[in-house]
Amino acid sequence: MSEAKHDQKDKNGKLVFKLVATVFLMFGFAFALVPLYDVFCDITGINGRTADSAAVYESVEVDRSRKITIEFITRTNTGMPWEFKAQTRKVEVFPGEMNQVDFYVKNATNKDYVAQAIPSVSPGTAALYINKTECFCFNHQPLAAGAEAVMPMKFYIDPQLPKDITFFTLQYTLYDVTASAQDVAMNQG
Amino acid sequence: MSTATTELDHDDHHHHAPSGIKRWLYTTNHKDIGTLYLWFAFIMFLIGGAMAMVIRAELFQPGLQIVEPNFFNQMTTVHGLIMVFGAVMPAFTGLANWLVPMMIGAPDMALPRMNNWSFWILPGAFTILLASLFMEGGGPAFGWTFYAPLSTTYSNDTTALFVFSVHIMGISSIMGAINVIVTIFNMRAPGMTWMKMPLFVWTWLITAFLLIAVMPVLAGAVTMVLTDKFFGTSFFDAAGGGDPVMFQHIFWFFGHPEVYIMILPAFGIISAIIPTFSRKKLFGYASMVYATTSIALLSFIVWAHHMFTTGMPVGAELFFMFATMLISVPTGVKVFNWVATMWRGSLTFEVPMLFALAFIVLFTIGGLSGLMLAIVPVDFQYHDTYFVVAHFHYVLVTGAIFSIMAAVYYWLPKWTGKMFDVTLAKWHFWCSLISVNVLFFPMHFVGLAGMPRRIPDYALQFADFNKWISLGGFAFGLSQLIFLALLIKACRKKGEPVSAQVWEGAEGLEWEIPSPAPYHTFETPPVIK
Amino acid sequence: MKKIWSSALALLVSCFAFAVSAETSSAVDQYQLNLRKGVTDISGQVYDLHMLMFIICVVIGVLVFAVMFWSMIFHRKSRGAKPANFHESVKVEIAWTIIPFIILVVMAFPAAKTLIAMEDTSEPDVTVLVTGSQWKWHYKYMDNDVEFYSTLATQPEQINNKFDKGENYLLEVDRPLVIPTGSKVRFLVTSDDVIHSWWVPDFAVKKDANPGFINEAWTNVNEPGIYRGQCAELCGKDHGFMPIVVIAKDPADYQAWISEQQEAQRKAKEEEQRLLAMNMSMEELMSTGEQVYLRTCAACHQPNGQGLPGVFPGLAGSEMALNDIQGHIDIVVNGKAGTSMQAFGKQLTMSEVAAVVTYERNAWGNNTGDMIQAKDVNAVINGK
Repeated sequence: MSEAKHDQKDKNGKLVFKLVATVFLMFGFAFALVPLYDVFCDITGINGRTADSAAVYESVEVDRSRKITIEFITRTNTGMPWEFKAQTRKVEVFPGEMNQVDFYVKNATNKDYVAQAIPSVSPGTAALYINKTECFCFNHQPLAAGAEAVMPMKFYIDPQLPKDITFFTLQYTLYDVTASAQDVAMNQG
Repeated sequence: MSTATTELDHDDHHHHAPSGIKRWLYTTNHKDIGTLYLWFAFIMFLIGGAMAMVIRAELFQPGLQIVEPNFFNQMTTVHGLIMVFGAVMPAFTGLANWLVPMMIGAPDMALPRMNNWSFWILPGAFTILLASLFMEGGGPAFGWTFYAPLSTTYSNDTTALFVFSVHIMGISSIMGAINVIVTIFNMRAPGMTWMKMPLFVWTWLITAFLLIAVMPVLAGAVTMVLTDKFFGTSFFDAAGGGDPVMFQHIFWFFGHPEVYIMILPAFGIISAIIPTFSRKKLFGYASMVYATTSIALLSFIVWAHHMFTTGMPVGAELFFMFATMLISVPTGVKVFNWVATMWRGSLTFEVPMLFALAFIVLFTIGGLSGLMLAIVPVDFQYHDTYFVVAHFHYVLVTGAIFSIMAAVYYWLPKWTGKMFDVTLAKWHFWCSLISVNVLFFPMHFVGLAGMPRRIPDYALQFADFNKWISLGGFAFGLSQLIFLALLIKACRKKGEPVSAQVWEGAEGLEWEIPSPAPYHTFETPPVIK
Repeated sequence: MKKIWSSALALLVSCFAFAVSAETSSAVDQYQLNLRKGVTDISGQVYDLHMLMFIICVVIGVLVFAVMFWSMIFHRKSRGAKPANFHESVKVEIAWTIIPFIILVVMAFPAAKTLIAMEDTSEPDVTVLVTGSQWKWHYKYMDNDVEFYSTLATQPEQINNKFDKGENYLLEVDRPLVIPTGSKVRFLVTSDDVIHSWWVPDFAVKKDANPGFINEAWTNVNEPGIYRGQCAELCGKDHGFMPIVVIAKDPADYQAWISEQQEAQRKAKEEEQRLLAMNMSMEELMSTGEQVYLRTCAACHQPNGQGLPGVFPGLAGSEMALNDIQGHIDIVVNGKAGTSMQAFGKQLTMSEVAAVVTYERNAWGNNTGDMIQAKDVNAVINGK
């Protein structure tokens, strides 16, 4: 009888261990969903965010049979006092062709700021086909009090862009990241 | 409360438990803990219900009369949290505690000390949550779904308490689930094979696995909210490279299985009650088990149907629409099986059966409106309106809660040894049935007409229906006081003594032990033929 | 009592009317029971789809309940029914798995067709950037220099039951969005703070406004008219008080309206420059300031300047309102990142900012005597 009870305890212990391990695994899985989500978005363009590192321009064949219209929107978030404008409101491009669009920023205040631009594309799938070789959105952009700057963005459209997309919108929102940029600098210093 | 089972002690000669409050604090007996869970759930149901009364009183007519919008939002949020985590889930855990060991011929739960813990941390969690309502800035006001960034950047500091209390609720549910799984795996009486287990045991086993899979994900989501708000991470903040929509993906990855956590045990209860009062074996036992399993599995791939308006690619919308529609197949099988069980049976209409029949009709209505909600193009019109509110209250109030009431009426005589007051019970049933429909049915109409949910004030064309809805709400709230009176009477051992079988057609191990069920049962395992 | 009975009667009658004909007009009525058909081709399709789903669900429900009630009536013990002995049938069980599946496939086709029609990404005629913020909408016409905020126009006295409620209670705004009929109008939807959702039932358009991301939706309205909607995603305290009003006009009327707005906005800018050179008196500052405060600031900081403790800070007696003039102007103009405090420099003219800051520094016992002028605000904005 006591043997059986002991066995029972042993069996229970093993099962409890497995279940608790599953619980921790699933807790970890919740956090693993964060990078998984990013990977998933990179594959499907589900949230319309463009790549955050530079693409290399490979000599792709320019598709002159169709033109794609790209519209730019610039916004500044709450607490971000810069003036921020795209020099061109709209461009028409051939897929595969290199293009450059300049963005103008001015910090009219008497404080230094560091900004981070966050891109968003609609329709989301188009984000997968816009390849930027150079973009101000890859890095933090500091601007001293009273300074102004022109920030370039060089890109080409992948000729694989689905035929039904002829028109899309690229939005940049500028965020004030002065505080966190200082933290990073201090940690490195 | 303490009188509920003390008399049972006389049946048991080995038992020298402390009496009074200590008995309940230190108890490791599955029946005591089941009773604690059930009373706790009922108290939470009344508190959450009182908040619903505040909401309905404010919405009785257009204009702001009783509460400020900020407090209104706290009421909707805490009402949701309390009903989900404080009422429905603990009530099912309480039923599992009472019934699972008796149904599989086990002497107790496998891990009795953990069982005590998993209950006693719950009151703490809800005290913290309720206390936050009285602090500066008030309690959580961002909806029970706590979408970021409303719950992160734009919430007040009591969010930390909200996170803490959700963590404790999660730990409690996980411990309860582990206990159920270990009990069912290791403690079944000899001969109690998998396919002989009562469906309540089956559905609870599957529910317990769902709990273990998704409660940690909820814990992860609230942890991310906490670190985003207080420790400078940016999981959900676009400025730091995060995405607020990702919160919704993580939340609903938990949230959709959670919906089934609140309804699968109900399926088990109905599958026990319908055959008893039809005096006929349950139709399609095996297909019930398979249907439950497939509902549980499908629940992991439909989460994004809560988020069709967040802007998804067409491909994703189509996938989640089809997957969601698919769930109605196994759910339909269950409803058909219940109806087939009744077909050519010999029906009587005792109170548990009344609730079970109301469950089938009203849950089906909720299920059908759920099917309509799955259709993406029309969901754009339904989403975040009272149509959704009507849908999930049909599924959760006339679904989950009616099943819990059916279960209480069905097994209460077994627990107390006395028949409950049938007249009161019938009053409770008919008042609840009528008022709950006056309460929730017109919500379909105002939803279709365009009333958004979670608003403290509304345009004039919704006024008349809202008046009806509020009246139904007050009536439903008052009807539950009948239930309270009945339960107090039952716990004070009033009423006619009942036989071991209690109901004429009842079958199963729990009906073979005496009524009231002795404090210790099946210390020597029964033999199942 | 009599009123209750007449209401009950009205309910019955309207239920009956609903059963006879499911068609309801898009006009507002007290007992509107069904989804509205709307005013676009897409919203019509959505309505048809809704009716199809509704009818299928009703038929399924009626069949299941009919069988169930048949049992309840004829198979009851009191009628002497003896229980049968069957408890499974593979054939029947397979049948009621397959048949619902086929019904679902039938439902899926029209649903997918409408969905694909909704996700048309072709080039629009007009694009409007719709930005939600706590608790107002901002509209910007991408092809013209026209942009404005649109806020609730219902008086607080109506909400607080001091005045009678108007016909469009809670569904009226100070500046409605105007769009042309017969053209594809695209809405780019985004947010400045929390998630909102832009919803106009008559267009069958509901899109979430996610901070930092853009979403798009489109419509093509057939009939000129005024269409009303509301924010559909819980966005904080005044979620119930940020309606949407869209006026659809003939293309010619729309063009006239746009030119008029362009002219008005240009004039307003000139006026603002002119006002820079002028100083307002204390009375002027305080009276303009109070109006602006009640319209823009009181939702959070409360009309008495006390705020909501723990949620929105009070201004009466606050350190900033008493001492820090530069900081005060800066926070009103630029907002504060990571809080609900918005950048009102985008929403108010410089003289309005000057007035409201002056008001906040001199109201509710904050008797600093400070006077702020438009040029002080300009100095903060343009660093001069």
